[in-house]
Amino acid sequence: MLTETGGVPLLVMRDLVIEASGAGRPQRIVDGIDLELHAGEVLGLIGESGAGKSTIGLAALGYVRPGCRFAGGTIHFNGQNLLDLPPQHRRALRGTRIAYVAQSATASFNPAHRLIDQAVETATRQAGMGRRQAEQEARELFARLALPDPDRIGERFPHELSGGQLQRVMIAMAMICRPDLIVFDEPTTALDVTTQVEILACVRDVVEAFGTAAIYITHDLAVVTQLAHRIVVLRHGRIVEEAPTRAMLAAPRETYTRSLWAVRKIRKAPEPDHGAALLELAGVGASYGSVPVLRDVSLTVGKGRTVALVGESGSGKSTLARVVAGLLPPTAGRVLLQGGGLPGRLRDRSRDELRRVQLIHQSPDAALNPHHSIRETIGRPLQLYNGLKGAARAARLYELMALVELKPELLDRLPNALSGGQKQRVCIARALAADPELLICDEVTSALDQVVQADILAMLQRLQKELGLSCLFITHDIATVRAIADEVVVMRHGAVVESGPRDTVLEAPSDAYTRLLLSCVPDVDPDWLTRLLQQRAIPGDMHDAL
Amino acid sequence: MHGVSAMIAQRIALGIATLFVISMLVFLAVDMLPGDPAEAILGQSATPASVAALRQELGLNKPLVVRYADWAAGMLRGDFGRSLANDRPISELVAPRLGATLSLAALAAAIALPLGVLLGILSTVHRDRALDRVASTASLLVISFPEFFTAYMLVACFSVGLGWLPAISLPNQGGFLETLTMLALPALTLSLAVIGYVLRMTRAAIMGVMGSPYVEMARLKGVGPFGVVVRHALPNALSPIINVVIINLAYLVVGVVVIEVVFVYPCLGQLLVDSVAKRDIPVVQACCMLFAGTYIGLNLLADILALLANPRLRRPRHREARA
Repeated sequence: MLTETGGVPLLVMRDLVIEASGAGRPQRIVDGIDLELHAGEVLGLIGESGAGKSTIGLAALGYVRPGCRFAGGTIHFNGQNLLDLPPQHRRALRGTRIAYVAQSATASFNPAHRLIDQAVETATRQAGMGRRQAEQEARELFARLALPDPDRIGERFPHELSGGQLQRVMIAMAMICRPDLIVFDEPTTALDVTTQVEILACVRDVVEAFGTAAIYITHDLAVVTQLAHRIVVLRHGRIVEEAPTRAMLAAPRETYTRSLWAVRKIRKAPEPDHGAALLELAGVGASYGSVPVLRDVSLTVGKGRTVALVGESGSGKSTLARVVAGLLPPTAGRVLLQGGGLPGRLRDRSRDELRRVQLIHQSPDAALNPHHSIRETIGRPLQLYNGLKGAARAARLYELMALVELKPELLDRLPNALSGGQKQRVCIARALAADPELLICDEVTSALDQVVQADILAMLQRLQKELGLSCLFITHDIATVRAIADEVVVMRHGAVVESGPRDTVLEAPSDAYTRLLLSCVPDVDPDWLTRLLQQRAIPGDMHDAL
Repeated sequence: MHGVSAMIAQRIALGIATLFVISMLVFLAVDMLPGDPAEAILGQSATPASVAALRQELGLNKPLVVRYADWAAGMLRGDFGRSLANDRPISELVAPRLGATLSLAALAAAIALPLGVLLGILSTVHRDRALDRVASTASLLVISFPEFFTAYMLVACFSVGLGWLPAISLPNQGGFLETLTMLALPALTLSLAVIGYVLRMTRAAIMGVMGSPYVEMARLKGVGPFGVVVRHALPNALSPIINVVIINLAYLVVGVVVIEVVFVYPCLGQLLVDSVAKRDIPVVQACCMLFAGTYIGLNLLADILALLANPRLRRPRHREARA
């Protein structure tokens, strides 16, 4: 993993400016970027959403999204300025010399075509490879990337594969013409951690094997350190800091760079167990139609404590939240709130029972009515549950806004005038308006940037302490668990595999799956992936094997 | 593949059930029309005795259910009954009209559908450029003109002005070429509006998927503008395109009465209107059933084609679990 320094760089961006023509005057989303990338080098681009990472990645292919335009600067690839090339010459480079791997493989494969047809398209149509040879090449790449049944998997349609498998097919598709440069645009963001490890291993394997240069875009510092020789930190379309990976980790210069670690540093001091249980689930089962999703789930949330519910997508964590909230009646078992049974169906619950359990969703964008002002959104539960009106209601509104650290001026805005973090605070304020005893937080920080996540988590901790709330916190992110949980419950395939105090479960897990899950959480350490793969000794598909 | 066969069988069964319900509605609705067919046939001077005799002969005195059963059973055998107005078998009356309708519809469809889809595709490839704008404006114009206006404009131009084509279309006269000349103007009139609809819908359907990540991916793989539209966007936009094509086909069979009047071309629509005026109930019923059958058959075809065009429906995901 040596950075090649001699010779002419493969890719050079000089003073690159890209503008988005929104409402009103054009906005600079990439604002004077200088980048160099040598053959065989892996460059990590890291930053929050809106930092311009993807735009820069796409610019490396001489492409801007509709509504954007190149407004200045140059992009030289192999000595040619991509921006001066006629469109058909630029197109000829795409897929053959410069390839792209998209964030969501599920959305980026054409649902109407077989995978093999999509994988060989560039090779046969652009690079003049014969169909038979291209298919052979694709099958070899499928095998190299440890896809099951590599000789026949190409005959399938995209909807017939899992997200992780599709992401590998996409890497094979990018590799088929042996490009000089591949742009990886957050290829693991949509995947579970156990799948993420395998994709990271695949990316590193092919990039090293074929000596391909790569731009690896992510918001996750731990991920990028496993692959990149050099890291560029971006913010607001500008470069904040640039350094070789190990140098940056050892001594980050800018405070912004350090703040990217923010969430990982928070660690909650465990709340003492008072022994009193607020929420108890005993042998709960649930199903969607005839498909069982929860089997015999039992757990307890103590008064004033936070229980983190951990698991991969499809493990049933959100379904459990729906059962507790009354959105999905259980097929078996009991849900008890302070010793009293909670009716399974929402409409059978009394208004007071509804008030005591409040749910906060993952995506604040989807959870807020875009036509209701913040005042209406938070004011509704105040009136419904507590019968507050007029001046009393207004006073409580101001209190709630102060509680979630929002300025009262925002009360008369519509949700689309707020940032993602502000919207999530509004959702929290709406839940608090009911004076609940139990908060169910379903991945409430997953859609937010690291820095915003840290703020929201710190605020939730403070609120919990001040108001004595109990919290069922659903997440797939172990760093978040460390930051917020007193107890951890690990779920898999709709059942609880392990539960206990946070430090016991995280530091000394007794269950094999918990150990696998924890081992897959990347560390901010460039040797982490190498060590993990060595420990596993058997390369390949741990996730499907287990 | 039996999953797809089952789905198709289900759609066909639904189609037959719909046709059955429509047959009852048609029968009931016509039966509820005011007035008595026997009186209408015999005229105002008829004696009560002769009316009663005719009612007996026509079976109008039997209970409604029995009459419906007789009628439906006859239709299943291909026997639509006899016209009340001239006592000829209805199949004899309808057959040439149906032939005329279908040949006009076929010609119009042969012109309009390929042209509409092709222009729609070209519009998306050249979106927001001259071709797209001209196509968009022109299609809006031809859709907005009433058909009779378009028809008279074409007649004024090609028959009166240039004298190339006949202004009146009589079917079954002479050979293929003459028939084609006869049908040219009505077919052209119908085609214009259909081209407009199909073009606009094709463009809208393709544009609807142009923002998808897989279309962006195709661009990033170096696929050219034509390939992006035809290979990557079009296959995912087929479902709405199939639907608009089928609806327009149905319109070509069922909705051409105005054209028939302008060009004095004897189709089914004209027969239906005349028969209603003459209170020739069995003919009205037969025409209604033919129209309903056309609609149901074509919509069935649209469903099946849309099913076959979508791999997610063709190969549901649970197949993969076994593999």
